[in-house]
Amino acid sequence: MIPLRSAVPARLLRSATIFACALPLAGCDWVVMNPAGDIAIQQRDLIIISTVLMLLIIIPVMALTIFFARRYRASNERADYDPDWDHSTSLELVIWSAPLLIIICLGAVTWVSTHLLDPYRPLARIDAQRPLAAAVKPLDVQVVALDWKWLFIYPELGIATVNELAAPVDTPIRFSITASNVMNSFYVPALAGQIYAMPGMETKLHAVANKPGTYEGFSANYSGAGFSDMRFRFHALDPAGFQAWVAQVKAGGGALDRQAYLKLEAPSEKEPVRRYAAAEPGLFGAVLNMCVRPGQRCMSDLMRIDAKGGAGKESARDVQGLRHDILRDDPSHEERPAAKPSVPTHHHENRPMTLNLVPTSVASARRG
Amino acid sequence: MDSTGIAHFIFGRLTWESLPLHEPILVGTFLAVALGGLALLAAITRFGLWGYLWREWFTTVDHKRIGIMYMILGLIMLLRGFSDAIMMRAQQAMAFGGSQGYLPADHYDQIFTAHGVIMIFFVAMPLVTGLMNYVVPLQIGARDVSFPFLNNFSFWMTTAGAVLVMTSLFVGEFARTGWLAYPPLSGIAYSPDVGVDYYIWALQVAGVGTLLSGVNLIVTIVKMRAPGMSMMRMPIFTWTALCTNVLIVAAFPVLTAVLALLSLDRYAGTAFFTNDFGGNPMMYVNLIWIWGHPEVYILILPAFGIFSEVTSTFSGKRLFGYTSMVYATVVITILSYLVWLHHFFTMGSGASVNSFFGITTMVISIPTGAKMFNWLFTMYRGRIRFELPMMWTIAFMLTFVVGGMTGVLLAVPPADFVLHNSLFLIAHFHNVIIGGVLFGLFAGINYWFPKAFGFRLDPVWGKRSFWCWVVGFWFAFMPLYILGLMGVTRRMRVFDDPSLQIWFVIAAFGALLIAIGIACMLMQFYVSIRDSERLRDTTGDPWNGRTLEWATSSPPPDYNFAFTPIIHDGDAWADMKNRGYERPTGGYLPIHMPSNTGAGIILAGLSAATAFGLIWYMWWLAGLGFVGLVAVAIGHSFNYKRDFYIPAEDVERTESQRTALLAAQG
Repeated sequence: MIPLRSAVPARLLRSATIFACALPLAGCDWVVMNPAGDIAIQQRDLIIISTVLMLLIIIPVMALTIFFARRYRASNERADYDPDWDHSTSLELVIWSAPLLIIICLGAVTWVSTHLLDPYRPLARIDAQRPLAAAVKPLDVQVVALDWKWLFIYPELGIATVNELAAPVDTPIRFSITASNVMNSFYVPALAGQIYAMPGMETKLHAVANKPGTYEGFSANYSGAGFSDMRFRFHALDPAGFQAWVAQVKAGGGALDRQAYLKLEAPSEKEPVRRYAAAEPGLFGAVLNMCVRPGQRCMSDLMRIDAKGGAGKESARDVQGLRHDILRDDPSHEERPAAKPSVPTHHHENRPMTLNLVPTSVASARRG
Repeated sequence: MDSTGIAHFIFGRLTWESLPLHEPILVGTFLAVALGGLALLAAITRFGLWGYLWREWFTTVDHKRIGIMYMILGLIMLLRGFSDAIMMRAQQAMAFGGSQGYLPADHYDQIFTAHGVIMIFFVAMPLVTGLMNYVVPLQIGARDVSFPFLNNFSFWMTTAGAVLVMTSLFVGEFARTGWLAYPPLSGIAYSPDVGVDYYIWALQVAGVGTLLSGVNLIVTIVKMRAPGMSMMRMPIFTWTALCTNVLIVAAFPVLTAVLALLSLDRYAGTAFFTNDFGGNPMMYVNLIWIWGHPEVYILILPAFGIFSEVTSTFSGKRLFGYTSMVYATVVITILSYLVWLHHFFTMGSGASVNSFFGITTMVISIPTGAKMFNWLFTMYRGRIRFELPMMWTIAFMLTFVVGGMTGVLLAVPPADFVLHNSLFLIAHFHNVIIGGVLFGLFAGINYWFPKAFGFRLDPVWGKRSFWCWVVGFWFAFMPLYILGLMGVTRRMRVFDDPSLQIWFVIAAFGALLIAIGIACMLMQFYVSIRDSERLRDTTGDPWNGRTLEWATSSPPPDYNFAFTPIIHDGDAWADMKNRGYERPTGGYLPIHMPSNTGAGIILAGLSAATAFGLIWYMWWLAGLGFVGLVAVAIGHSFNYKRDFYIPAEDVERTESQRTALLAAQG
């Protein structure tokens, strides 16, 4: 948000921040207002700038409300009374143009900042003082939101972790984000704003941590029973600390291959931190394309076939490998914790991978 | 077919286990509701009121009675929706430091879903529709709405939806998906139970009612205005009602369609919103917000209308900037269709798309700001009487601007990235819905109650309720803004960080104050009915009103106006009073009126039965209900006893009673 820096003096920003932080009795533990990463800091500044801009009009309105309500109370006989006064062109002009001016300013701020802080945009700086050297390669992290835990794969390092994220400070991080089956939102408030994690979709987030420390991360989009505990720690480490952490993960052993992933994918709550010294290459791509399970066909392949004109009528029957959602009810997986025993048992019957598009629950009810 | 097969055929997936007998909270609630309900039914039987209720209320086509029934429905559902709220507040205030609170996930998740659904669809909507129903025909000098039977049918469909939601409390369960039921979570694979089906069918049934009442009120406003009332002489509440109903008619079909697609996914195995087979859940999110955002304005516009009427009346002044008020309303109506994406900036649209929707959202604050100034300058050089409706209006002006400000803040996409789905967002929309819609409805209820019943609401209990609500609101939601800035997200059931607890405790205290506010409001109704003689208004115009509804008696006669008034000015009644209007006392003619019919309640009952059958896979019931529905609808079309004339002598009798009352007044 470099252009805004010049528009709004940094000192004003700083004092506004201090003021905002001085309010709570507990001190400054408002992570959104006191983050540790450059992107989140710019987002925080934007909150303050926008609020100050709007207060320019909100405070006079509130003050006028109280003033008029008091002054023109019925018991105040001295105040003017003008029952038929209902129009003033000049006042109307002010009424419409004052909010308009504020919104023009705010709109300009919005346009610029939305583009500069687009989560898909590679970073151009480490923080306000330090531009990013062209040679620096960002750290790639692949994020998968599972029911109800987070899987982080570090493709270049070949390792993976569950419910624990680590990255060196002052190094850009490039997150590629997806989900196993329902929508979540990947959010580390201290680091950067959130972005949805959606099955079959890949979202991106570029961010950088500037202060070493341990921060909270979580899902910011409700995803079912275990949602509340779907949390992880983000460790921002100095470069040496990060190397040590990676070495520790590698020394710990354990491998995340497709089989292990399918086990991990089954719904579970309050999952402890897990580390894998080796993550199968291409696993993220398989999750994204919904083809981790043996026999499933990757969306990317289908799209390639479709782009070439499709596989012909015959392929319409070949849907065996396309089903994804229904896997959750497969008895070889753990059930989502059923809310109540009231779930009718026929949901739990064998649900073969049929070509029949009608869910078996409906079909079995019809048989009855 | 063996016996389980037969049971399965008859009851579908409904079994004994579907009844929440193992949940003490629900069993307790059920017992209380059942006992209360039985007592009510017994009392009705004891006093022989069934016939009266059926003839005068259930089958009525009088817009005034239907309006009152909408208000009663909304207030009853407010109690349910608020119980959900206070349970959530208690859970979140307790569940710290390893404590799981008192609600397990499956129950808690139903509660926040039900709270949202009930408050929007079955509290705010009936209250808004009820006020429009009651007031609009009176304000435009009409005898009823354009389609009186449709009005009755609409009300009962809304009620049938509410009944389905209430049924889910005791038979089965409600959705555990959040109030908009995003797939894939709401798909059959991840929500195989009846909860989402209750959600879908309750909204579909109620949606028919909402849509039809929208059509009805649009036609009424366009076609049935008294002679001389041009569009730019319509009272501002009628204008906002017109815009709201245009929004309803344009937006609700989208909801109906998106829920129909979701139900096809769930029932017929289609793949509109599934992960596999080319389904796309993001499409659902777009569609539901294309309905959902206009819905917000459907609720707030009539509230703006109420504030305009109240400010003008209690300042004893014409509304400042009527024309710009009308244009502001129309501009908001149009813009409300261009902002839906701001509900999911974080879904990953490009920066240009996000900025576009962010800026359109901000643009809405311009006409809204203009409205705010118009109310301010209506107060300027007025003589402001601080009766309850005006108190609610001032409270609104001071509260709503804060909600508006945080709303514009959330419209800045990068700021939204850190605040989206947080408690800051929760605080924001409660700030505008409670501080805007609900305060407006309370202003409206206090304002028009004497018109509907002929006596005012007790101001003492009203003021107690007012202060509890307003102070309670600030206590309940300011901590949520702070928690949002502390990075706390919504729909959480348990928390780790003990430093957050104090804020949740403050919020729970606020909710408790609001509970006292609601209790005071019920007390206000009770005391007012008990002391109705003390609070009696015989003039029909207790507030020195300015619009037509105050020209007739309180409560108005069945036919509203013995003679259709002729309009010469915007504030029609103020103008009539200024010009020394004399009430005609003779020359009455018979008045053409619509007849009552029971078809509406029967159709709605059959709809509820059909929906229940679909929810539980009792296909025979669904089929039977649907066939019955079609049969009754066709049968009703052969009912030719649709209207009657009130004889001139009856009109004369009613009017001369009023003449005597007014004369006694002096």
